[in-house]
Amino acid sequence: MRSNFKASGVLGASLLLIGAVALAGCGSDDSTDTTKVGKTLVVATHNSWAMSKEVMAEFTKETGITVKIATNGDAGELTNKLVLTKDDPIADGVYGIDNTFATRAVDAGVLAKYRPLISAASVKSYALPGDGASYLTPIDYSDVCVNVDDTWFAKKKLAPPTTLDDLAAPAYKSLTVTEGAKTSSTGLAFLLATIGKYGDDGWQDYWKKLVANDLKVDKDWENAYEVDFTAGGGKGDRPIVVSYSSSPPFTIPKGASKPTTSALLDTCFRQVEFAGVLKGSKNPLGMQKFIDFMSQRSFQEALPDNMYVYPVDSTVTLPAGWDTFAPVAPHPYVVPPADITANRDTWLSQWSDVTGR
Amino acid sequence: MPTLRSRLGTATLVAVPLVVLVAFFLYPVSGMIGRGFWTDGSFDPGGVLDVLGRDRVHRVVWFTLWSAGLSTALAVVLGVPSAYVLHRLSFGGQRILRTLIVVPFVLPTVVVGVAFRQLIAPSGLLGGLNLDGTATAIIAALVFFNVSVVVRTVGSFWEGLDRRTEEAAAALGASPLRVFGTITLPALLPSIASAASVVFLFCSTSFGIVLTLGGLRYANVETEIYQLTTQDLDLQAAAALSVLQIAVITALLVISHRTRRNAPALTRAAERGRRPAVRDLPLLLWTAAVIALLVTPLTTLLVSSLRIDGAWSLANYRALQTTGAHNALLVTASSALAHSLEIAVQAAAFALVLGTVVAFLVSRRPRSRAVRRASGVFDGVFMLPLGVSAVTLGFGFLITLNKPPLDLRSSSLLIPIAQAMVALPLVVRTVAPVLSSIDPRQREAAASLGAGPLRVLLSVDLPYAWRALVAATGFAFAVSLGEFGATSFLSRDDNPTLPVVIFRLIGRPGAENFGMALAASVVLAAATGIVMLLVERFRVGSVGAF
Repeated sequence: MRSNFKASGVLGASLLLIGAVALAGCGSDDSTDTTKVGKTLVVATHNSWAMSKEVMAEFTKETGITVKIATNGDAGELTNKLVLTKDDPIADGVYGIDNTFATRAVDAGVLAKYRPLISAASVKSYALPGDGASYLTPIDYSDVCVNVDDTWFAKKKLAPPTTLDDLAAPAYKSLTVTEGAKTSSTGLAFLLATIGKYGDDGWQDYWKKLVANDLKVDKDWENAYEVDFTAGGGKGDRPIVVSYSSSPPFTIPKGASKPTTSALLDTCFRQVEFAGVLKGSKNPLGMQKFIDFMSQRSFQEALPDNMYVYPVDSTVTLPAGWDTFAPVAPHPYVVPPADITANRDTWLSQWSDVTGR
Repeated sequence: MPTLRSRLGTATLVAVPLVVLVAFFLYPVSGMIGRGFWTDGSFDPGGVLDVLGRDRVHRVVWFTLWSAGLSTALAVVLGVPSAYVLHRLSFGGQRILRTLIVVPFVLPTVVVGVAFRQLIAPSGLLGGLNLDGTATAIIAALVFFNVSVVVRTVGSFWEGLDRRTEEAAAALGASPLRVFGTITLPALLPSIASAASVVFLFCSTSFGIVLTLGGLRYANVETEIYQLTTQDLDLQAAAALSVLQIAVITALLVISHRTRRNAPALTRAAERGRRPAVRDLPLLLWTAAVIALLVTPLTTLLVSSLRIDGAWSLANYRALQTTGAHNALLVTASSALAHSLEIAVQAAAFALVLGTVVAFLVSRRPRSRAVRRASGVFDGVFMLPLGVSAVTLGFGFLITLNKPPLDLRSSSLLIPIAQAMVALPLVVRTVAPVLSSIDPRQREAAASLGAGPLRVLLSVDLPYAWRALVAATGFAFAVSLGEFGATSFLSRDDNPTLPVVIFRLIGRPGAENFGMALAASVVLAAATGIVMLLVERFRVGSVGAF
């Protein structure tokens, strides 16, 4: 009996070893060079990543490095995954951490210092304040703004709202849909816009008025824009939605030259997206080269068409229609990144209490 | 007396699936939960315990329990009469209806979430009912998913019930209702209890449905773990809920195992069902209503995928050859489908091999009590993946499978392995009942005539079990095609599966992308439907039954 037990133990152990070795062998095709500039580069990013093949091929041609993109949920999930895997990072670098999560990543120590040598003059205004700027390089930005369905308002012969205050007015009762601040980065940006505008003492009162005005709070952008917004894919029944200043060009009907929606530029919060080298990266030099590349013209120029964001380099020309139909907010509301990290939990639980979510 | 060789053989068979389970399930999950218990390097179980006192946690747990309880009750009420109609009567088109009932079960939750929201949004077909963002919508969707489990489990059991007792009671003058109440229902109870406990398990751990339909007001334990881990980085709270979830699921599995043990072994239906009669009309109508409930969201999906700007069009389907408007995708939807099929083949193969071994072991009826008990535990342990948060498992993979010999984080096998862990319990539950129904004396007879263990397996077990094996493979394949939860956490390269692509398309602006998502959803639903139709041809009652 005893010998049987022993035998099965040995057998089990050896099976474990054989299986594991076999499986590990299958996975080794991804291994990267640990010396100098590796030939492959793994970049962790969010699910909204999109870039034309030509631009990525240009980087490979310039440097000989092939980029593998690893998408990891939204900006929050991406940041948290990097924090959790800090000791053995899942990638060499990251693109897509935004100003609402930036200091969490910096404070947790997941990043290595790097700043590109050459960058456009306009880039500075998007950089993180203080020490954070030496870890994360701004690449692009977008403005989260209230969008309205102009066709709907024209049909109803009602003037569309223009300010945050308007949304709480009786004329616009039951017309607005937004995203949850706890479940959507768009929703969080809108909450921050209201905090930026009404301040730490005033924003909760404003939200109480919104709720009293029958504000609808959806889980995420998809549900708000594509299901409940009157001009979205689902042809919903709310003509006011929290989306982006770059959303209107996507509502230009076939054969027409003007969008049917517009963004309210006095209601915006600016999201800046950053790139950085991960601490413990197998190819830090490669990632540095990629950050340089992302800061250069061809990548910056391709950003609007691929990811609906604005390049941080203001000398880059925007695609046709963007200057007229997707202008950026002249004075977006501002909340410092360090304040966001320090107060996020408090604000979110207060927001939950006010909205009953 | 078992020989040393046969003991060694059994030990090997036990070891293989156990090693896989430990490596790809227990190790990652406990690694993730461990992060919650050890904060800043010190063991802090008190902090985890404190979490259970939070108001929000109470609300989440309460919602999980009552929504799952109510959905289970509804699924049973809707499912049992349909089980009768689809498994005891016999009429044309029955096979298609049986297939149709299973399709929701293997559909990706993302697709169902979108379909339901299209239906109940204020502008949708059922918009007038104001169901959007309510608990009713969640419960309707949970029932939609799980009614098939009741129909299949109770139906396949009902099919095999000996009809002579009922006929005798009827001959002695008992009314049909009395026959049902005194003879049929008591006999069915074990299968109803088994189905109910599994449905409760699925409902209480439902992730995609509550995530898409729950809006912000409703969260269950599963979506709360997701929120705590991916947004709040509150690992302590996530660990507390994971442990609570595992405790509840283990209790459920014990109950489910008890009821299954008391149930008589599956018998193969010898009689064909009778033709429907006039007195069956209420039940037929009931079943028709249930099928309408299942078909409506699917039809809405199909119709909206074919409509563009108020006109009929196939453009959404043609777009599947592209990467969507404005490079929404990194690869075309059609190549994502091809990749999904490839992964599903790997996952199904993996699940089949492991599942068959586990089914083989748990279907033996050992004489010793201790071994029997061990076999019960063994069985239960392999059901655990059904009830543990995909988020916990996914993140667990990330933080534990990064060192040799399990350096798999970047391996292309990671997703098939994760999906196989999800499909494994379903394979076991399909194959084990068929193996248990084989009279052990047949094996003993073969052995006494000099057949070796392998020969016995090939000449006694295989002729009975091959249909179940093929059907289980198909079932695992379909489940893998639609799997979203675990896959979405692991899919990390530019090689996504179709459900991941659908989720991505929904998240991109532009009506074309949304239309493309609808078309891709229809293709995926059709693919899983065709697989299930083929599976149905093998007439294995235990597919989708528990």
